[in-house]
Amino acid sequence: MKTLINIKDLHASINGKEILKGLNLEVKPGEIHAIMGPNGAGKSTLASILAGREEYEITEGSVDFDGKDLLELATEDRAREGLFLAFQYPVEIPGVSNVNFLRTALNEIREYNGQEQISAKDFMALVREKSALVELDSKLASRSVNEGFSGGEKKRNEIFQMAMLQPKLAILDETDSGLDIDALRIVANGVNKLKTPENGAIVITHYQRLLDYIVPDFVHVLYDGKIVKSGPKELALELEEKGYDWIKDELEKAH
Amino acid sequence: MSQTLMNTKLDQFRSKLTPSKVKIDQTLLDHADAYLNGREFPTTRDEFWKYTRLTKISNLQINVNASIIQSIPEAAIIHPNAQKIVFENGVYRKDLSDNIHQLSGVQFSDKGNSNFSFQEEVFYALNYKYSTDAITIDIESKTVLKDPIHLILISSGEGSVSMPRIAINADKFSESEIIVSTHNVNSQNCLTNVVIEVDVQENAKLTINKVQNEKSTNFSVFNERVDQALNSCFMLNTLTLNGSWVRNNVRVNVKGQNVETHLLGAYVTNESQHVDNHTLIDHLAPNCQSNELYKGVLDGKSTGVFNGKVFVRKDAQKINAFQSNGNVLLSDDATINSKPELEIYADDVKCSHGSTTGQLDEDAVYYLRTRGLSEKSARHLLVTAFIGDVLEKVEDEHVVKYAESALSERYGWSF
Repeated sequence: MKTLINIKDLHASINGKEILKGLNLEVKPGEIHAIMGPNGAGKSTLASILAGREEYEITEGSVDFDGKDLLELATEDRAREGLFLAFQYPVEIPGVSNVNFLRTALNEIREYNGQEQISAKDFMALVREKSALVELDSKLASRSVNEGFSGGEKKRNEIFQMAMLQPKLAILDETDSGLDIDALRIVANGVNKLKTPENGAIVITHYQRLLDYIVPDFVHVLYDGKIVKSGPKELALELEEKGYDWIKDELEKAH
Repeated sequence: MSQTLMNTKLDQFRSKLTPSKVKIDQTLLDHADAYLNGREFPTTRDEFWKYTRLTKISNLQINVNASIIQSIPEAAIIHPNAQKIVFENGVYRKDLSDNIHQLSGVQFSDKGNSNFSFQEEVFYALNYKYSTDAITIDIESKTVLKDPIHLILISSGEGSVSMPRIAINADKFSESEIIVSTHNVNSQNCLTNVVIEVDVQENAKLTINKVQNEKSTNFSVFNERVDQALNSCFMLNTLTLNGSWVRNNVRVNVKGQNVETHLLGAYVTNESQHVDNHTLIDHLAPNCQSNELYKGVLDGKSTGVFNGKVFVRKDAQKINAFQSNGNVLLSDDATINSKPELEIYADDVKCSHGSTTGQLDEDAVYYLRTRGLSEKSARHLLVTAFIGDVLEKVEDEHVVKYAESALSERYGWSF
């Protein structure tokens, strides 16, 4: 079976400080992988590196994304190949309307993939359909990107964008942070409805709570720049109950 | 007299100009003479000209050129239904202009004068003394103009100097829009020095849309003076789309109560362009509001100046004055000098001013790129959004379209 993304022995640093220290992860189509771990383990770094943030230096390792060398691609080309990052802190862009930039994005993605431009009518139909999916007020959809949005609206807007762009692989970076329980449910429902046998997701989270709504096929613990433990969804419950210290202890014993 | 005339650079400059034949109040002319005689061009030691050098203007090789244009250039058409008044090198071209006399509710005269007292400023003095032509537009009381009047100022030839003077009188309860635009045809090293004197009378509403789109190496100085009476509303939108050297001097005297004043400006510069906006709103009466927003995008080695001053006089209570200047620098070599100023002598007012200068938000660029936009598209989108903030407040959609297409032609931006 083919893999969507295959991360091998990834080492990365910023300002000379090594954050990722040999990370391995493989996601196949139809799978949802959860990455959990304590603060500072490198979870968000991993998300940023996969999306193409340029401040990080990759010192070792490789990332194969659906047959392409991901690390060789520019940020926008990663998106065009079907990678999507839902930001932990979505950026506010005054004056740029959501739908306006999404139309440009969609058309540039289509052009890259040799497809025709989307017609205005089809585009608006898509906006209506997808904004309903995440219960995002269509007025918000046409407002400036994230400007004046509440925390919950920003996260819903991320999932709305994901729905519009229909990526092969979505990385959700702490999408649950700052969400109340209703918003969490809406966001999770959106993600679940977008799941197909062909696409996959990496869900980065601190808390098990999100995983009640988005049920992962695998749970990984990221600690000190590496995946140190992987298991089925029950691992999340165990982490919730015991915290991360027992894993640290286990690791120390092993040494 | 002839002795003093060769002493200063300004005298030398003036010796190449022809004193105006346009009728003007003798007192004004005497003031202008007295002001100019023996004077030097202002230098950067003068606060008013601190960031704008006049050396290039004082060194201009001035010529008097015959008119060459046969028709209004396509690029000068902004509004399809506007009544057009055309100037070439500051001279009124009646043959190319629409017949404004036929417009009901509008009195037009090509024998201008000035209702204003002398302004102690070199470009005003030069205009009074050497005006190439002067017109008066009178919007009669209660007239509501459906379509704007468009003043088209065209420079042609080498070293032409245009000094038109335009008087606009918006009479009581009138509503009108005037477009003023600058263009050029086969011209370089030309100077345009316009004086626009505006009287907005009680309950009148007037919008001036100023579109500066001169290419090549021309220089332009706009001097606007506006008096506003009780219950009037005045809006001036200054869109500087091109031009190697542009200076705008705007002065609004708010003399009556319940007055609204809106000054908007957008300037987009590149290469070695220089654009300077000086504005002054003088609140002399209580219960008024003024709103000022200027935004600029500067690239290449271009320089910009914003100096916006708001005076609130002692008896001008309950004033709501808002002023903001924002700039984005797209290159390391672009410069902006921004100086918002408030001088308040009343104690019950609400005033704010602010200035921001920065680069494009790199986090926003990255965010857009993660959605599949190329870096170029992402930057264009952010720049157009920044300037669009001003353009969207301009009510005349033809002016907005013109500005957008000029910018998209020049920079490849799409709005």
